[in-house]
Amino acid sequence: MYRNEVIRILLADDDPDDQLLFREALDGIKIKTQVETVENGLELMNQLHQHDHLLPHILFIDLNMPLKQGIDCLQEIRRNPAFQDIAIVIYSTSSMERDIEESFVRGANVYLQKPNDFSSLKKALGEVITINWQYQTCGLNRDNFLLSL
Amino acid sequence: MIYFLKYDIPSICKKIIRQQMKNIGLDYQIISHTEIDIKDVISDDHLKYLNNCFQDEGVEIIETQKSILIQKIKDTIIELVNMEEKLSTVKTSEYLANKLHHRYGYLSNIFSEVTYTTIENFMILQKIERAKDLINTNEYTFTEIAWKLNYSSMAHFSLQFKNTTGLTPSAFQRIMNKKRKFAIAA
Repeated sequence: MYRNEVIRILLADDDPDDQLLFREALDGIKIKTQVETVENGLELMNQLHQHDHLLPHILFIDLNMPLKQGIDCLQEIRRNPAFQDIAIVIYSTSSMERDIEESFVRGANVYLQKPNDFSSLKKALGEVITINWQYQTCGLNRDNFLLSL
Repeated sequence: MIYFLKYDIPSICKKIIRQQMKNIGLDYQIISHTEIDIKDVISDDHLKYLNNCFQDEGVEIIETQKSILIQKIKDTIIELVNMEEKLSTVKTSEYLANKLHHRYGYLSNIFSEVTYTTIENFMILQKIERAKDLINTNEYTFTEIAWKLNYSSMAHFSLQFKNTTGLTPSAFQRIMNKKRKFAIAA
């Protein structure tokens, strides 16, 4: 992983407005990113299983999605060793302690509560990507990678 | 009469590289006029020498030396965080400057330029990572961990832990224990 490498991000979120805001927020970040989006849990799983597709470095999953819930996707992904290097961010409106803990226990690295305004979103995404970059480049122990924002 | 000169910059540069490399006798390949691949493993001193030769021609080896230095800064910090006795007695900036033979200001700038973080933040991140490892052993109290990592108090440690991870040390411990149980059950 080098400075000039682009960080591949996959966002699973069924809300088109949220998708748009997400993309715009990432535009303002120093680290170069490339974003793809899927709209539901089934589409997410299909995309990950496509062999001709490079896996994302970071995956953002909305907890509430049609067809397959975020938490089920999280669990399925974490049980597959092929996906062990992907950092998983649960991206949700919920601020319930129970949702946060449950996400971490099932293998999420980051719990990001959807911020209410654009500048906080930008700041939070910047933080997630920078810390993830440290884990990727400094050989830090990924099992310990828990971040709640 | 004034004549204008048109240069073929890449060819001139490659010629300079070839001349310099011939003097040094290393196995190499020119990728482009801004990039060479040196096949042999070279020591720090050798690289410094090479850099000096190039500098005489107005050429500077950048990324390699920079990334080597960055790596040394990181290694030194990690080493420091893992040595309790040192952590409490030395000042990070002085320790780095003495060990790596560069001014701290220089190290600090070059580090921020390449890593998207600062030496101070990297140090905090490493201390918190070490704290996480210690917490995971379930063998130490938070007060002991705070002391081991040279925090002035448990409160200061907890605050920095929370600022870095968004979780308190006890929430982290609870989640990690649950996570382990969950992984075993699955």
